[in-house]
Amino acid sequence: MTAVQIVFLAVAALTLAAAVMVVSLRRMMQSALALILALVGVAVIFALLGSGFFAVSQVVVYIGAIAILIIFAVMLTQNSMSPEHSQMNPGFLYAALGSALLFSSLVFILSMWVGFYAIPVNLDPSVDTITVLGLSLTDPQGFALPFEIVSVLLLAALIGGIYIARDHHRD
Amino acid sequence: MIPLSWILAFSLALFFIGLFGAIARKNAISILMGIELMLNAVNINLLAFWRYLYSAHMNGLVFIAVVFAVAAAETAVGLALIISAYRNRRTITAGDFDSLKG
Amino acid sequence: MAIEKLLWLIPLPPLIAFVLISLGANRSRGLSHSLAVAGAGLSWLGSMFVFWKALQVKDLTGFPIISTINWLPMGAEWLKVGIRIDPLSAVTLFFVAWTILCIFIYSIGYHNYNAPAGVHDQPGLPPHGALHTSDEGKIIHVPSVEPMYARFFGLISLFAFAMYLLVISDNLLTLYIGWEIMGLCSYLLIGFWYAKPSARDAAVKAFLTTRVGDVFMLLGLAALYTSTGSLSYDVVFRPDVVVQLAAIPTGVFGLSLAGLSGLLLFIGTVGKSAQFPLHIWLPDAMEGPTPVSAMIHAATMVSAGVYLAVRAFPLISAGWTPGSPLTPPMMVLAVIGTFTAFFAASIAIAQNDIKRVLAYSTISQLGFMVAALGVGSYTAAVFHLFTHAFFKALLFLGAGSVIHGMEHGALAEDDPVDVQDMFHMGGLRKTMPLTFWTFSAGGLSLAGFPLLTAGFWSKDEILSGAFSGRFWVVFIVLAITALITAFYTARQITLTFLGTPRSQAAGHAQENKPIMTYPLVVLAVFAIGAGWIGIPAGFPLTGAHQAGWIITFLSPMNPLEGHSPEVFSSLPLVVSLVVSIGGLYLGWRVYRGYQAGQVDPVERALGPVFSLLKQKYYIDEVYSAIFIRPARWMAEIFTALWLDNRIIDGMVNGLSALMPALGSLLRNGFDKPVISNGGDALGNRLIHWGQILRKVQSGRIQQYMLYTLWVIVVSGMVVFYLMGRG
Repeated sequence: MTAVQIVFLAVAALTLAAAVMVVSLRRMMQSALALILALVGVAVIFALLGSGFFAVSQVVVYIGAIAILIIFAVMLTQNSMSPEHSQMNPGFLYAALGSALLFSSLVFILSMWVGFYAIPVNLDPSVDTITVLGLSLTDPQGFALPFEIVSVLLLAALIGGIYIARDHHRD
Repeated sequence: MIPLSWILAFSLALFFIGLFGAIARKNAISILMGIELMLNAVNINLLAFWRYLYSAHMNGLVFIAVVFAVAAAETAVGLALIISAYRNRRTITAGDFDSLKG
Repeated sequence: MAIEKLLWLIPLPPLIAFVLISLGANRSRGLSHSLAVAGAGLSWLGSMFVFWKALQVKDLTGFPIISTINWLPMGAEWLKVGIRIDPLSAVTLFFVAWTILCIFIYSIGYHNYNAPAGVHDQPGLPPHGALHTSDEGKIIHVPSVEPMYARFFGLISLFAFAMYLLVISDNLLTLYIGWEIMGLCSYLLIGFWYAKPSARDAAVKAFLTTRVGDVFMLLGLAALYTSTGSLSYDVVFRPDVVVQLAAIPTGVFGLSLAGLSGLLLFIGTVGKSAQFPLHIWLPDAMEGPTPVSAMIHAATMVSAGVYLAVRAFPLISAGWTPGSPLTPPMMVLAVIGTFTAFFAASIAIAQNDIKRVLAYSTISQLGFMVAALGVGSYTAAVFHLFTHAFFKALLFLGAGSVIHGMEHGALAEDDPVDVQDMFHMGGLRKTMPLTFWTFSAGGLSLAGFPLLTAGFWSKDEILSGAFSGRFWVVFIVLAITALITAFYTARQITLTFLGTPRSQAAGHAQENKPIMTYPLVVLAVFAIGAGWIGIPAGFPLTGAHQAGWIITFLSPMNPLEGHSPEVFSSLPLVVSLVVSIGGLYLGWRVYRGYQAGQVDPVERALGPVFSLLKQKYYIDEVYSAIFIRPARWMAEIFTALWLDNRIIDGMVNGLSALMPALGSLLRNGFDKPVISNGGDALGNRLIHWGQILRKVQSGRIQQYMLYTLWVIVVSGMVVFYLMGRG
């Protein structure tokens, strides 16, 4: 077992533990903090997979923006649910059972697939992945159109978010 | 090196923990958190497949960027909806939003 | 700038106008309509430039103006979107640009820009009029400005964007996107005055009825995509691909894959272009403001439907050569088109509402186009689509002008008549001369007044197409329909404009402002002149050996080109002369002496048939009996039986409720004789199962997600098990 593998297993275990905390803790604030931990874990996995760019993006976008936004929302709605009561819907066992079943059967099916045991190829050191990615995002014969559409989507979400969250009674 | 199977098993586990959270938790914000976990699992998959099988193509990486943008948009609109619903009905229990009941 | 790049920009200005109006420009009426008209104007300018450029391409069919861009990676392949100008889209672009621009400008006047706001006006209702102090200090009743002025211009801009998108796209996918945006816009605009229940109902009816067609169209797209791996016109309508598709049997009514997918696409047309049996939404769509009717009936919706049918014509006509008997798909088109043309025209005779007559005439004229496709007259169908767009836009805007003038009179005189009822009009020739002349130009074109008008040339083309293909039934029915068309047009013009006023409102009607009448003049020029570009070869008076420009321009697009015997025959020409003049004369003759309060002369002549026509063959009632009432009955029985039972939370409790129910069933079955309690047990069982079924509809999103999860688990296991066995 190499050092990278040990790091991976440790990070994966930590991430999964944090994810379980996200969905099981009673206090919303604690589960939001656990979410941040899980997101950091995913960022480390990204780095292990050789994409420093997305590891950094993960920290900036998910932790810096999304998780903080969620924490704000938790604070704004704090007094709506008391942590004394269970945070689970009735019937959550069915959800757990279904998820577990689907998980194990997918792992079982995947284990029969030859690509499942692939080991990584060495990346060509002369190719700068970020440069190629950036060029293909702006190339009309590449992903220029999807990229522009994503920017429109973000704009629409921005405007929609402002509009929905605005207090209409006070206008 | 890390075998692909480890990574896929890990991302699957993360995905189903997120799915469980989205279905089973009472709080509407928890649904969003569960969805974030699922999206992260998807991203890990995309990156892993790019790294192990298709490192010549940029499709997987572009999709990761798109998922980032979609996640940001989804959180912004979703939280705005939750706050708006909270303001109108003083609750963020997902089960209370059942006006579509048949 | 390269012409391809300009082409990409054509749909954008109306979209930008829509976004700006929705985002903030709606606070100012003037700004809103300026943005909308500027958007439409820019698109018009671009379209004219592109059209002019397209004319200079030598072989536009062989080398259309094309530009594509990657959209989605599908594995190693890309899903591409793009634009394409070939003769068909060039011609469509031309009339779409003109009609849209005219309608936009006209709308400013129609919604009474600069008029005072009415005191009782509220959003969602047509303006009621306002009191206004005139220069002499007299208080008069005048029309008031539309309360949702900006909203109208925003929506209609979106509508225009969708139509431009549909016309310039080079693949069925973006065509479908534009198609659906138009469906949404028509829903919003038909229901523009949403506080009126009739407008709400009409909007829902239009949306749902066209949806029926759209579902089949989507199936057609799916069939094409799975069989060819593409939705680009270049691929799916390429002759060799069509031949391949025509060789694949599907087992559905013995159709080939080409015929089946062509017919599925055509069902989309049936919905959008209001062909029988999905025509019911179009007359009700009159509930929207009149510019919207013009938009739906001329520039956009219905034209889009026929445009799609024309596009899909290579598929529909696959395996058919002129001169042989019609293949089943062609037969469907010919029958539906011919029947719709006749059927709608006969209803139009018995309508009193000026817009409703026009609505049925639209359905009828669309039937002409579909029938023309059905008998293989490709160019005739497109030509009629082209001329029809102009004269029908003109007629609707003219009718709107009449209504607007009548409203003015009704307000000034406090005469609460139905301002859309032709029997309350009359004599408007003198008070609204410009409207009269332009409306007559449109009407004569619709009636196919010989030689002068556009409608004559295109309709004659259709008739001669049916004639030269020896489709006698189609030819005769269409000729009779043309006669009826001329008759109800003359009835409409005579009742509206000729004679003496039959109400105070009509007596004091007033000609509208230039902003409304000038677009009419522009359209009238086209309604007259647009036909001269399509004079057939060998026509006696012109003696030209060369067919008209539009025919030579379009005919390379025709997949049957090279087979069709282009023989000029004078019989269809004589027939179209006779039916149009005869119908017009007859209509004028019958209605010229009509006095207020008399029975409609046609009603006297036709007797009970008239009420059948007046009630539109009771189609709405039939549909109500077949589809709507059973649905409602089921809903009521279901609710009546099960509504009283309370829903128990969650799936766990649901299962625990099921157990006693099963237990009681078993007890009833074992303990008590089945005969004495059988009825009760049955009822109980129904109620219990009902309770369980109702719980499915809890309205809770997480519960739905849970169901989805379990469906995936179970079906995944079933599939895996079956695959393992097979």
